[in-house]
Amino acid sequence: MCLAVPGKIVEIYEINGLLMGKIDFGGVVREVCLTFVPEAKVGDYTIIHVGFALNLIDEKEAMETLTLLDEISNQGEIE
Amino acid sequence: MKYLAEFRNSKLVSGVIDEITRTVSQPWVIMEICGGQTHSIMKYGLDQLLPDNIELVHGPGCPVCVTSLEMIDRALAIASQPEVIFTSYGDMLRVPGSQGDLFSVRASGKDVRVVYSVLDAVKIAQDNPSKLVVFFAIGFETTAPANAMSVLQAQKLGLDNFCLLVSHVRVPPAMNLILGSPSNRVQGFLAAGHVCTVMGYWEYVPIAQKYKVPIVVTGFEPVDILQGILLTIRELEHKSNDVKNAYSRVVNYRGNKPAQNIIEQVFIECDQKWRGIGNIPGSGWRLKPAFVKYNAEDRFHVEEIKPTESPLCISGQILQGLVKPINCPAFANQCSPEHPLGATMVSSEGACAAYYRYGRSK
Repeated sequence: MCLAVPGKIVEIYEINGLLMGKIDFGGVVREVCLTFVPEAKVGDYTIIHVGFALNLIDEKEAMETLTLLDEISNQGEIE
Repeated sequence: MKYLAEFRNSKLVSGVIDEITRTVSQPWVIMEICGGQTHSIMKYGLDQLLPDNIELVHGPGCPVCVTSLEMIDRALAIASQPEVIFTSYGDMLRVPGSQGDLFSVRASGKDVRVVYSVLDAVKIAQDNPSKLVVFFAIGFETTAPANAMSVLQAQKLGLDNFCLLVSHVRVPPAMNLILGSPSNRVQGFLAAGHVCTVMGYWEYVPIAQKYKVPIVVTGFEPVDILQGILLTIRELEHKSNDVKNAYSRVVNYRGNKPAQNIIEQVFIECDQKWRGIGNIPGSGWRLKPAFVKYNAEDRFHVEEIKPTESPLCISGQILQGLVKPINCPAFANQCSPEHPLGATMVSSEGACAAYYRYGRSK
C-alpha cells in the first residue's frame, strides 16, 4: 500500500490550480500531482505514491550510499 | 541512475549480507514495520540469505490488513446504496467483511470502481453530478497527504457529491503498543521509508530512547532493506539505540513540510481501531469538523454494524510479530489467498499472503 516508485519528471503544468506533471516510469508516462514538491524541475527524479510525488530523489545521497556499500562489499573480498 | 536496478544489484546484496554475517555475534529479533518491506523480503528471499541468528518478524504496516472490520462493513453498506459510486484502491475490494466483500457488492450490480489515485475519484464526481462519489480513504501517513488534498480540491471545485470514508492509521502509536507489550520480542525496528518520506523521523527518537531499541529508516529494494538490517545490527551489537537513516536519497529528518501542512489542515488525530489488534489511542486521523460535508460517515448513518470475525484467524498476533504465519493452524489449510479468513492473507502486503505466495513453509 505504501508502495512508491521512482520516475523522471518530463513535463510540469497546472490543472485547476494544482501543480501536475508527466512522469516517465522507465518508458510508461503517467500524469501525477506535484503539489508536495513545489521545487521540482523537469529532469528531476521523484518518488510517486498513489499519483502524488512524495519527494524528490537526492542523487548525491544515492551515490554516497552505493559507494559506501560497495566499499563494504569489497572490504570483505580483501579479507 | 534510475534508482531501481542499482538497488537490486546482486553483488551489493551478497556484499552487505557478508558484512552483516561478520558483524552479528548473537541472536537478534528485528521487525520491519511496513508490509511492502515484508513483501520485498519474501520476494527476494532475504530472510533465507541472512545468518540464522537474525530473525525478522513482520509488523502491522499493511493498511489493508488493519482497517477495522466495522469500517469494511460500513464500506459495504455505503457501496450498496443506489445513488453511490464507491471508489477505492484495488487492494480493498477483496478484503472480507462480516458478509462478503466489495467485489461481491459490485457483482450484485452496484457501482464500485477501482481508482489509481484519489484525484481520479474527484474526477468521477465531476463527471457524475447526479451521483454521490465516496472514496475509501485508508492508509498510513504515506497516503494521508493525497487523501487530504482531494478534500481541498473538491472544496475548490465546489463539488457537493464527493466524500471520504476515512480510516487512517499512524505508525508511531503502533510501535509504542508493540514495544510496550509484556510479550514483545522486537529488539530493533526497520522504520517504513515512505511513511518517513512524508513525516520525517523525528517522531521515532523518543520511542527509541524510551524502549532502548534502535530504529533505522529503511527503503524497499533488496539493497535498501539489507542496509537497514546492517545498521540495526551494528546498533544492537554496540548496545546503542539511535535512530538512523538508511534511505537518505528520499527521506530527511523533518520530512515533507508541504505534505504535512495539508494533513494538518484537513485531518485531526483520533483513536483508531486496528483489525485484529483493537483500539490504539491517538493512532488515527479523521476529518476536521470544518470538513463534515466531505465525511461519508456523517452523510450515511449506517446503523447496527455487528462485525463477526472468523474464529480461526489469528491475524492480530501475526500483525504484532508474536506468531509467524506458518505457525497458524489455518495457514494454507482453511486459509489461502483464494479463500482468506483474515486480511493478512488478502493483501499482497499481508504477512500471511507473502509467506503463501513465496512458498515459506514449516
